[in-house]
Amino acid sequence: MHAIEKILAKNSGRKEVHAGEIVTAKVDFAEINDLYLQTVYSFYEMGGEKVWDNERCAFVFDHYAPTPDIKSAQNHKEMREFAKKNYLKYHFDTNCGVCHQVMPEAGLAYPGMILVATDSHTTTHGAFGAFGTGVGATDMASILLTGELWFRVPEVIEVRLDGTTSQGVYPKDVILTVLGKLKADGAVYKAIDFTGSYVDQLNVAGRMTICNMAVEMGAKTAYMQPNQDVLDYVNARAVRPFEVQYSDPDFEYEESHQFDVSIIGPTLSCPDSVDNVATLSDVVSQGDVEVDQGYVGSCTGGRTEDIAEAARILKGHRIPKYKKLIVVPASAEVMEECMEKGYMKDLILAGATIATPGCGACLGAHQGILAAGEVCISSTNRNFPGRMGSTEAKIYLASPATVAASILAGKITDPREVVEVGQ
Amino acid sequence: MKSFFRGQIIVVGNNIDTDQIYPGHFLALTDPKEIASHCLAGVDETIAENFPKNGLVVAGKNFGCGSSREHAPIALINMGASAIIADSFARIFYRNSINLGMPLIVCKGISQRVADGQNLSVDIKTGTVTIEETGEIMHGENLSNQAMKILEAGGIKPLMKARMAKLRVQPIDSKN
Ligand code: SF4
Repeated sequence: MHAIEKILAKNSGRKEVHAGEIVTAKVDFAEINDLYLQTVYSFYEMGGEKVWDNERCAFVFDHYAPTPDIKSAQNHKEMREFAKKNYLKYHFDTNCGVCHQVMPEAGLAYPGMILVATDSHTTTHGAFGAFGTGVGATDMASILLTGELWFRVPEVIEVRLDGTTSQGVYPKDVILTVLGKLKADGAVYKAIDFTGSYVDQLNVAGRMTICNMAVEMGAKTAYMQPNQDVLDYVNARAVRPFEVQYSDPDFEYEESHQFDVSIIGPTLSCPDSVDNVATLSDVVSQGDVEVDQGYVGSCTGGRTEDIAEAARILKGHRIPKYKKLIVVPASAEVMEECMEKGYMKDLILAGATIATPGCGACLGAHQGILAAGEVCISSTNRNFPGRMGSTEAKIYLASPATVAASILAGKITDPREVVEVGQ
Repeated sequence: MKSFFRGQIIVVGNNIDTDQIYPGHFLALTDPKEIASHCLAGVDETIAENFPKNGLVVAGKNFGCGSSREHAPIALINMGASAIIADSFARIFYRNSINLGMPLIVCKGISQRVADGQNLSVDIKTGTVTIEETGEIMHGENLSNQAMKILEAGGIKPLMKARMAKLRVQPIDSKN
């Protein structure tokens, strides 16, 4: 069996499970973000009174942190009332950050567990060897009632990443390259196991960036075998004992895709779909691409490591007049760390606008929305039409370093050029 | 459960994601009618108001990809779509729609065979899709037993409600 199958088997009280089977499995933690007041409504419609376990579910207010309008404030208010009424042990209000960052920080994502959240990017927790998957409000309400959910055991695709990336190339460039090959529907209903020497040595932040975007290929969940970095992280934080699962050596993947990361250069996802991937050099060779806004943030590109790269490039420089750079730390913890290390100051002096930790403009709710005709280069994970505001705005996805280099130059720019200039 | 649907179609393309089905800046809305008025606004803002009575939506590959927002199927259902037929669907959207009682038919190639304004008849039990204008019959995939069970109950809510009433689950009170 694969480690993912072992997790599903363990939580559904079975010895073995195999791809295609439907199992009902216990959920170790259920997280509801603030887009999903519908969960509360569905819970009551189904005859719910109290949640199944008040230590295993929590709200995270991240998409509207803090609330931009009366309607979202009302939604938060109703969710707070539900949390209070159910004596939920954990609660993450608007002062915490993006759910996928907040969960591991709080010790609620750890190896071998099933974490379900009302958000598609819950695949992020594969970075910790957990089974993380997203559901809608009504599935979530069923979990709150019963503590379990039905799953189809997914086929597992291997994405093998070997080698070492060259300077100026980041986990974001790697996952965009993978996406360009597998495409937006390359893994629908399936799980992606990221393996190979690159993954073995990758730090927690890089692992999260990559697993986060597995869902952009349609994957139900992502997985990476925990390494020492992960174990150090979770040992210091996990709220419960955990058991790391390992795939059997004879496990056979449904498909396997190999990548040599040493030949990857800075990569872009071009408008208007995530899998419209091109190398940065190909894009700029066809002419300058002017940008109006840079955006560093989100659950895939807003961690300390990401902000550090942007700060390193921008330190001592100033972005051009009439250009905007929005920086949104993924969590309060990230913000604090970035303040301590001086990154925030460097970025403010470079002309960045700092927004509250949370989702910010990643989904076009507030804090950096785009007007028609504007072009944004962003370290986020989606560039569908209208994702960050007007449907007539254009979004390029890139590494935080590429975002910083591009906004500094006012046009899409290879971060390696700026580093050389700066040195 | 009604298993036979007939209606005029609107056709949308490949990889229509949940942001196009239901743009992010309307996510704070909770009233189903209001939600429905913005359905498919990311594709064309006039679709919702002109949607034919008992209409059906036909889509290309990977319909509903992107976020897990349940607003997407809520918008489609309340706009009046009685079923969706697509080359393929994204996973969370698929679950959400079935959970809310809206039938989805996977019918490879359908989006290339039809045009806006044509009429389709769909039998969800057999997966048969008939294009009325041309008489062409296409065979979609059968729904899984799990999906059928949920649809037959009218969605997951009635199913759960019955289960909760039967089990009389005593939830754990505060452990604090
Ligand atoms: S940061 Fe963006 S992708 Fe991540 S949860 Fe928030 S809105 Fe979704």
